Amino acid sequence: MIQHIDYAAVAPPLILAAAALAVLLADAFGLPRRALAWASAGSLAAALAAVLVLAAGDRRATFCLPGGLRGGGPASCSYVADRFTLLFQAVVLIGAIVVVLLSAQEIADADVPAGEYHFLLLAAVIGAVTLVAARDLVLLVAALETLSLPVFALVGLRRYDGAASEAALKLFLFSVVSAAVMLFGVSLVYGATGALHLDRIAPALDALPDDLDPVAAVGIVLVLGGFAFKIAAVPFHFWAPDVYQGAPLPVAAFLSVVSKAAGFAGLAVVLALGFPAYGHVWGPLAGVLAAVTMTLGNLMALRQRTAIRLLAWSSVAQSGYMLAPLAVGRDHLPEAVAATASYVALYAVMNLGAFAVLTGARRRGPATPHADTLADFAGLARRAPGTAAALAFFLICLAGLPPGVMGLFAKVVVFRATLAGDVTWLAVVMAVNTVIGLYYYLAWAVRLFTVPAEGTADAAYAARPGLPVRAAIAAAFGGAIVLSIAPQLVLQTVAAAG
Amino acid sequence: MMALPLLGALALLVPAFLPGDDAVRRFGVGVSGATLLVALSALTAFDFGDPARMQLEVDRAWAPSIGLRLHLGADGISLPLVVLTALLTFLCLLYTVKHPPGDGRSVRLLVALVLVLEVGLLGTFTALDMIVFFVFFEVVLIPMYAIIAIWGGAARRAAATKFILYTLLGSGLLLAGMLLVAVNAGTLDLTQLARTHGAGVPRGVQLTAFALMGLGFAIKAPMWPLHTWLPDAHTEAPTVGSVLLAGVLLKMGTYGLVRVALPAAPAGAEFWAPWLGLLAVVGIVYGALACLAQRDLKRMIAYSSVGHMGFVLLGIATLTPVGVNAALFGNIAHGLITGLLFFLAGAVKDRYGTGDLDELGGGLLASAPRLAALLTFACVASLGLPGLAGFWGEMLALLGAYRPGGGLPRGVFLAFTAVGAAGAVLTAAYFLRLLARLTHGRPAGRAGPGGGAAVSAYEYAAWAPLIALTLLVGLWPKTLLDVTTAPVRALLGGG
Repeated sequence: MIQHIDYAAVAPPLILAAAALAVLLADAFGLPRRALAWASAGSLAAALAAVLVLAAGDRRATFCLPGGLRGGGPASCSYVADRFTLLFQAVVLIGAIVVVLLSAQEIADADVPAGEYHFLLLAAVIGAVTLVAARDLVLLVAALETLSLPVFALVGLRRYDGAASEAALKLFLFSVVSAAVMLFGVSLVYGATGALHLDRIAPALDALPDDLDPVAAVGIVLVLGGFAFKIAAVPFHFWAPDVYQGAPLPVAAFLSVVSKAAGFAGLAVVLALGFPAYGHVWGPLAGVLAAVTMTLGNLMALRQRTAIRLLAWSSVAQSGYMLAPLAVGRDHLPEAVAATASYVALYAVMNLGAFAVLTGARRRGPATPHADTLADFAGLARRAPGTAAALAFFLICLAGLPPGVMGLFAKVVVFRATLAGDVTWLAVVMAVNTVIGLYYYLAWAVRLFTVPAEGTADAAYAARPGLPVRAAIAAAFGGAIVLSIAPQLVLQTVAAAG
Repeated sequence: MMALPLLGALALLVPAFLPGDDAVRRFGVGVSGATLLVALSALTAFDFGDPARMQLEVDRAWAPSIGLRLHLGADGISLPLVVLTALLTFLCLLYTVKHPPGDGRSVRLLVALVLVLEVGLLGTFTALDMIVFFVFFEVVLIPMYAIIAIWGGAARRAAATKFILYTLLGSGLLLAGMLLVAVNAGTLDLTQLARTHGAGVPRGVQLTAFALMGLGFAIKAPMWPLHTWLPDAHTEAPTVGSVLLAGVLLKMGTYGLVRVALPAAPAGAEFWAPWLGLLAVVGIVYGALACLAQRDLKRMIAYSSVGHMGFVLLGIATLTPVGVNAALFGNIAHGLITGLLFFLAGAVKDRYGTGDLDELGGGLLASAPRLAALLTFACVASLGLPGLAGFWGEMLALLGAYRPGGGLPRGVFLAFTAVGAAGAVLTAAYFLRLLARLTHGRPAGRAGPGGGAAVSAYEYAAWAPLIALTLLVGLWPKTLLDVTTAPVRALLGGG
C-alpha cells in the first residue's frame, strides 16, 4: 500500500532539513562563518515564506491512515497544517530568525564551531515545526526529541567552559527523565484506548470502561508532566536558571521562546484534541501547576542579581500565565487555547526583545559567573539611549503595564479565559503575581536610568553591538510597538485559528 | 480631546523639538490650555437638559475578536471630573512655568509625563468599555511613578515603589473582577451593563466580582486600611504630583466604584455596602485622628484626604441617589480644595525649605500675610464650613447615611451617621489646630531659601480659579448637583 504524501504541507520542515544538511556540508568545505549564517537565516526565511503561502490556502493534512485501515473511523492524519499549526510555525520561525541574528557575535566571541552551531539550531527548529503540526502521539514524541537533542549539544557547544558543560548535563538529565515519563504516559494511554492518533483517542476516552479509567488518567498526567519540562513549569523547572546562565545567550533565547512556544502548542493540541474527555483530571492539575509555577518563578526572580537568571525565572513565571487558561478543562476549551496561543505569540516578541538587548549589552570577552549583574545595567540610558529605551519597553510589556499595551492585552486575554471557565481563584493568584512581577521588572527598568556607581563603568560594556544584534533589537522593538497599538493583529489571527 | 496632550507628549520626546526649558514649559501650558478649552467646549456642547444620556460618544471596534470597542463618552457623572482634570493639569503646568520642581532635572520629561498623565485620567473618566477603562486606569501609573521617583523628596524611591505596588495590586484585582462580570454578562460595554442592571449575572458571581472590584478601587481611593501608600506618596511627591494625585487620581477610585462596580454588580453592592460604610467611617475617624498627630504639613493634608475620601465612600455605600450624589459632589469639592491645599503646602515648603510644623513655627500671618490668608481659606473650606464647597459633600453624605437605600440595615447606618458627624468635628479640630500653630502667634526667626517671598503672579493665576470655583460650588451647589442627579438615578435603577 503506497501512502500519498502532500509535499506542500510538509514543505517548511523539508526546506529546513535540506538546509541543515547543506550547512553541515558547506562547513566541511570551509565556507566562511558569515555565509553559513546567511544560509541558515535564509532557509528559515524560506520556510517562513512557505508557511505564509500555506496560510493563504486551505487546511492540509498528510500521513493519513489509508482508507483500508481506517475501519470507519476518522481520517487520522499524523501531520496537519491548519491555521493553528501555521500560526505557531510562524512564531517559531520568526523566533529562530532572531536567534540566528543574535548568534553571529556569540559564535565569533566564544569560538563556537559555526557549521555545527547552525546545523544543530536548524535541526532543533525542524523538531519545533513538526511538533506543532503533529497530531499523533508517536510523531509528537519523536518531534519533541528532535527538538530536545540538538539543544543539549548547543548548550554545551562552548567547549572548555565548565558552566556550559554543567548546564548541558543538567538539561540532558532533566530531558531524559521527562521523556521517559512522557513515553510511559503515552504507552498507558495507548494501552487504555488502543489508539495513537489524537482524533481516535478522544472518542475512545469518551467511551472508556470504568476499570480502565485510572490507567488513562495516570497516563494523561504523565504526558502532561513531559510537557511541563519543555515549558519549564514546576516541578520540572529546576534546569531553567542554570541552563540559561550556562548556555550561550542566543541558545537561552531559543529555549525560552522557540522551544517553549512549540511545547505550549504541543500541549494545547494534545489536551484539546486528544484528551478533552479528561478535562476534570488535567484541568485542575494545570491550574495548580500554573499557580505554583507563576508564584515560585516570580518569587525567585525577586531575589536574582544577574540579568540572565532574572530572565530565566521570569520566563518560568510567564509559563505559569500561559498555562493558566488551560485550567478551565473541557468547557470553554477553544477560548482557553486561543488565550494561551495569543499569550505565547505576544510573549515571544517581548522576550526575544529582552534577550536581544541582553546579548547586545553583554560584557565582551570570556564569560564569568558574576558578569552582567543588574547593577551593570545602571546608566545604560546614557551609554546607549536607544537600547535602554527598548529594554525598558520590553520589560514594561512583560510586566503588562501601559505603555506596553501588548503585555497588558496578553494578560487581559488570559484573565478572561480563566474567568470564563469559572477558575476565579486562579485569576486572583494571577493578579497578585502580576504585582510581584512588576516589582522586579520595574526595578530593573529604573536601574537603566540611574547613574552608575563610581568604578563600575567597565570598558568591556562600552562596545557597540554588531549590526545583526541591532537589527534584532530594532525588529523586536518595532514589533512590540506595532502590537501595542494594534494588538488585534495577533488576537484576530488566533481567534480565526481556534 | 485626548489626542491633544498625547501629541504634545510625543512631540516632547523628540529631543530636537523646542530647545530650552522655558519654551518647553510654555509649550506644556499651551497644550494643556488647549485641552482645557476643548473640555470647556465639551461643557458647552453638552446638553444639560438630559444629563443622564451619554453624549459626545465615540464608538469604534478595536479588537473585535474579544468584543473590545473603543467606546468613549461623557454624561453628567463624568463631565465635571473631565473638566476638573483638564483644569488642574493646566494649573499645574502653569505653576511649573515659574516654579519647576527639583534642580536641574529635565523639565521636558516632567511636562511630557504630566501630559501623559492627563491622557490617562481623561481616558479613565470617559471610557465606556471595561477594558478601555482598565487600560487608561493603568496608563496613569507609570507617569505618576516616575514623577514621584524622579522629582520627589528624600525618600522618594521607597514611596514611589510603595505607590505602584499598591495600586498595581488593586488593578490586578480590578481586572479580575471586571472580567468576571464581563464573561457572565456577555458584554464589556458599561452603558449596556448599566442598562441591564446586573441581570443575567448570578448572585454569587456578583458578590465575588464586587469584592474584587471594590478592593481594587478602594486601594486607589484610598479606603482605610488600604491607605498606607498615600501619605508617603504625597509627602515625597513634588507639588505638581501631589496636586494631581490628590485632585484627580484619587477620584479614579470612587468614580470607578460609581461607574463600574455599582451598575455591574448591584447585588454585590448591596451585600458589601455595610462593610464599605464601616470602613469608610473608620477612615473618617482614623484620618482625623492621624491628622491630629501629624507634624508634617503635606503628610497631614494627605491624611485629611483619607478622611475626606471616607465621606465620599460613605456616600457611595448608602446606595441612594442622595448619597451617591454627595459622593460625586465630594469628589469635585475635594479635588478643588485639596488641590489648592497642596499648592499652598508646596509654596510653604519652597519658601521655608521644610514642611515640618515645629520648624515652621507660628506667625505666618505676620510674616507672609497673603499666603497665610489663602491657607486659612483653604483649611476652612476643607473642614466643611457652610458656604464653601467642602460642606455639601459631607452634609449630603451624612444625610444619605441617615436614610440608606432599601435593603440596607438602617440601624447600622444610623451609627455610621453619628460617627461620621463626630469625625467631621474632629476634622474641624485638626484644621483649626493647624491654623493656630502655623498662622497665628509671633513670627519665629526663620529664613528659608526663598525667605518670605511674596506670592508671585503665576501662583495667583494657578490658585485663583480653584478659589473661585470653591466659592461658586459652595454657594450654588445646584450647579453641580443638577448635572449629576439624573444620571445617578439612572445608574441606580430609576430610584
